[in-house]
Amino acid sequence: MLQEHRHLEGRRIATQGPGVLRVERIEDCARFSLRVADGNIALASKAFGCDLPRTIGATSDSGARLALCLGPDEWQLLAPLDGRDAIEAKFAALYPKMPHSLVDVSHREVGIVVEGTGATLALRSACPLDLRDMAVATVTRTVFDKAQIILFREGENRFRIEVWQSFADHVWGILQAAGREIELGI
Amino acid sequence: MLLIRCPYCAAERPEVEFVYAGEAHIARPSDPSALTDEQWKNHLFIRTNPRGAHFERWRHLHGCGRFFNAVRDTVTDKFAMTYRAGLPRPTASEIKEARP
Ligand SMILES: [Zn+2]
Repeated sequence: MLQEHRHLEGRRIATQGPGVLRVERIEDCARFSLRVADGNIALASKAFGCDLPRTIGATSDSGARLALCLGPDEWQLLAPLDGRDAIEAKFAALYPKMPHSLVDVSHREVGIVVEGTGATLALRSACPLDLRDMAVATVTRTVFDKAQIILFREGENRFRIEVWQSFADHVWGILQAAGREIELGI
Repeated sequence: MLLIRCPYCAAERPEVEFVYAGEAHIARPSDPSALTDEQWKNHLFIRTNPRGAHFERWRHLHGCGRFFNAVRDTVTDKFAMTYRAGLPRPTASEIKEARP
């Protein structure tokens, strides 16, 4: 069950000027952490209904399903909420022939979209990654200030942050401060 | 900021994403109860602590999550190379070649 206490609900950061910066909470979705060995990637892809990327940092999508490769044998799977039980059942049926771990972490995280020409600037305020080096459609786990996040570059000027509920307010506060600075041009 | 190359991500990443995990290539004795106290103490606590090239474990904690090994110079703090966990200790000439 999704927790009743949801961080950032209904909150939004927008700076004046069209397309400069928009930060918003993403609608709830199903999230799974999948660990599976190399030899079973094809099977797992079939179960999820989307080809799992094999390179760390690569992403793939099929319909509304999204697979993010975070480590050598680790993926974060995102899907619409209503598909959650079906995905779990599909993988559960595979346990006998495909040893793996699929953990439902839907309630653990909050998705935040950071979009606009000021998006990289806002992220740079607390993220040590060199974002110029980050290609569109790639993903990585990293840190934002002291909080661990998953950072997905959806477009040149559009990023998605996945962060644990307990760190969400902290991340939001920093984005808010950065947004204010961008707005004031400092 | 110090950049560390993760051999799994195959990229230079900021130091804050990593944690240090002690000296590398220390094999745990397969039968600890057969050891003398002296041998067990040596396994647990005694490290080489060299001046110069040091083989050490790191973990890309806020990244791919993997442990890997690195050769770092303890005098200059410069990394000569990093390599995947499970690979043998690189030779002196391999280290020399890899050093940037
Ligand atoms: Zn890594």
